[in-house]
Amino acid sequence: MIQQLSRRDFIKISSTAGAGLIMGITLPYKERLVAAGIVEQTFEPNVWVSIHLDNTITIMAAKSEMGQDIRTSLPMIVAEELEADWSQVKVAQADAHPDKYGSQGTGGSGSIRRSFTRLRKAGATAREMLIQAAANKWDISPTECRAEKGKILHVSSGRSFTFGELAEAASKLPAPDDPQLKPPKDFKLIGRSMSGLDTPSRVNGTAQFGMDVQVPNMVYTTVLRCPTFGGKIKSFNPQKAKKVNGVIDAFEIDEGVAIVGKNTWAVIKGQQALDVDWDHGGFANWDSKQIKDMMEKKGAGKAIVAREDGNVFNVKDDQIIKAQYEVPFTHHATMEPMNCVVHVKRNACEIWAPTQVPQRIQTTAAKYLGMDVKAITVHVTLLGGGFGRRLWADFVTDALQVSKKTKKPVKLVWTREDDIAHDFFRPTSIHKLQGSLSKKTVNLWKHRVVAPSISGQMTPERFKNGRLDRSAVNGASNLPYAIPNVLVDYVMTNTKVPVGWWRSVYNSQNAFANEGFIDELAEAAGKDSFQFRLDLLKDSPRHMGVLKLAAERAGWGKKLGKNKGMGIAVHESFGSWAAMVAEVTVGEKGAVKVDKITSAIDCGLVVNPDGVKAQMESAIVYGLTSTLKGEITIEKGAVVQSNFHDFELLRMDEMPKVNVHIVKSAEPPGGAGEPGLPPVAPAVTNAVFAAIGKRIRRLPIKPEDLI
Amino acid sequence: MPKFTLHVNGKTHRLNVVADMPLLWVLRDELGYTGTKYGCGRGLCGACTLHLDGEAIRACMTAVVNVDGAEITTIEGLSTDNSHPLQKAWIAEEAPQCGYCQSGQIMTAAALLDRNPNPDDKDIDSAMKMNLCRCGTYDRVRKAIHRAAKDKE
Repeated sequence: MIQQLSRRDFIKISSTAGAGLIMGITLPYKERLVAAGIVEQTFEPNVWVSIHLDNTITIMAAKSEMGQDIRTSLPMIVAEELEADWSQVKVAQADAHPDKYGSQGTGGSGSIRRSFTRLRKAGATAREMLIQAAANKWDISPTECRAEKGKILHVSSGRSFTFGELAEAASKLPAPDDPQLKPPKDFKLIGRSMSGLDTPSRVNGTAQFGMDVQVPNMVYTTVLRCPTFGGKIKSFNPQKAKKVNGVIDAFEIDEGVAIVGKNTWAVIKGQQALDVDWDHGGFANWDSKQIKDMMEKKGAGKAIVAREDGNVFNVKDDQIIKAQYEVPFTHHATMEPMNCVVHVKRNACEIWAPTQVPQRIQTTAAKYLGMDVKAITVHVTLLGGGFGRRLWADFVTDALQVSKKTKKPVKLVWTREDDIAHDFFRPTSIHKLQGSLSKKTVNLWKHRVVAPSISGQMTPERFKNGRLDRSAVNGASNLPYAIPNVLVDYVMTNTKVPVGWWRSVYNSQNAFANEGFIDELAEAAGKDSFQFRLDLLKDSPRHMGVLKLAAERAGWGKKLGKNKGMGIAVHESFGSWAAMVAEVTVGEKGAVKVDKITSAIDCGLVVNPDGVKAQMESAIVYGLTSTLKGEITIEKGAVVQSNFHDFELLRMDEMPKVNVHIVKSAEPPGGAGEPGLPPVAPAVTNAVFAAIGKRIRRLPIKPEDLI
Repeated sequence: MPKFTLHVNGKTHRLNVVADMPLLWVLRDELGYTGTKYGCGRGLCGACTLHLDGEAIRACMTAVVNVDGAEITTIEGLSTDNSHPLQKAWIAEEAPQCGYCQSGQIMTAAALLDRNPNPDDKDIDSAMKMNLCRCGTYDRVRKAIHRAAKDKE
């Protein structure tokens, strides 16, 4: 999704009077868009950093902020190369733009690893131009100057200019073709834990989320959707809803019935008062059991091969082990329900949205309104959680229709009940595993993934000819263990339940199967599960690195009390490696208490260590929720759960001790938001086995599975 | 429509709204105090926690008719300059992630410290367990409360 730059970025300078130095990097394809008349050539585009005459520096964040503190880490990268004084730096959030910033899509744990070099170059370019401007003023060679803490110094004389003093002169200079990047040993900001630039606003109520946007003459709307997936409106009577004090109107839109009112409470009550007769459609006969039966049946049939090594048939080993692992649908459950503000005007549209995909919203609105993308302004607010849910533009489509019809700015609010019922759920899955050993050595590994396909549901035509959805076997087909004979295949089992990218995507299910089953093979081989993994990972140094670090810090192998156990798991995803050791206590009535998680991550070079630590802590809690609770079930073609009483999240009193250890590395940066999640569930279930000798092969862990 | 009087963060507001409108929506939609968040509408998540006459309550479950004339403190009223010990501690521990639930977390913690200036982990867990955080900031929230308690001593 993110545009990778294959050749050197080139630089544009703006020198509008009084604007100071504004520079940015133009993407190579920008010129083609200009030539084709798709975007306008101006001085303003492609701006990453602006140095103002008052000596402040604004750095653009073109990725969405949903708790990963990307609005701090990305500016750190620019400021590092720029040699800015961190106290000068302000961050500004980029509006959606088709090409100015490359992809603004925020997902796949990709913000830092995909922007790192580009942003370093942006900072280095500005630094070199400021140095040149100073050298010109002093009439000396730039080699006699250096940048430090927001100033350009003439080394021998001790003279200096602030960046602000040089901004105007620098803006008139040509940009260097190939700015020199700092050697990592000279990094001052990168590698340091910096306080979040957004932290102060997040503790006093001033942080502005989508839900907090208020514009003049705004009306409010909610949308009542058919609870059954694939259902439609048969008929509806708006009279009762319209009688609710504050309700202005109620009318049909594509996805249901919109209620428009003067405040949120009016439209919530209006939604409750609405009489709708639904045509529930064919999926109304489906429930979770039927979905599972269908998946079992299809799973026993034909599969598409994703990986085949050695000889996976005619195996004559002395120990054959088979197991089935199962994972349910689950929910993103961002604390801020879906919402946005949309104002459709005569020839333009302005949108405020907590979104991970500003550009998708821009194109969605342009297409729906029949306008040019240039007419669509998308302001990106802070996101009250994302986790993949806000990669969809469904909620914006609601508001577009209502604003178009009412000709007013509209704030759309999904109630928590709407949000729970209409997610794009983490796909449910079945994993059929088979392994065999000869003389205690693993000789064969077979893993069949049976699951709905996110891509297959979005674009079924692409998969008609039996094409493999590679995403669905992510984390399964790249099994790291050195086993000579490996078969990984996939069976697509789509239903009407919408599925989507949930934190770590298919890695969450596939790692649970892999790391649970490798533990079973270790048991069959009569070996320690940590040592057994190490022996099979000799050619995977980064897997070994995190495994050893986590095991060592957890005190792997130490004696624990009765009904207590330690489990281990390791997984690579999103360019990073993570390992975890879980310690659990299994109570009398089959309640699992997770006492401690010791984790290690190797995500290459780290920009903001405390940010990585926080993301690991977050992934662990998110992973624990889906290990211990948080199941979505289907009845009559609709979601059974409706709010936090029946879709439960981990709470503070269930929070284990968590330690995060970061592997020191000079490798290119990897992801941080997702890689911590996949090892959580198998580390916990392996710990349960260590505690009471019971294998857990389905999530979430239920008391009846422990007896 | 009935008339109500609310004293929010020391400021008096008179307004006409329907009697059953929850305080949450009165504050957010009518008076512009958007620091108090909507998360569930049923008192299940704690995102809308604020203080009513000094007690932590759920604004989403409190009809305005029942709080006419009351003294209300929202997150905006804790301090305007982040000088409250809890705000300072929250910043020092880098507690927030997305931040959406944090107003509610802080307001629950403030009420806890008012009645128990030196809580242990168990006290904190039992006071805070009804405040949900999907980003998983619990460990840092707990540390921040300990830090604030120490600072207050």
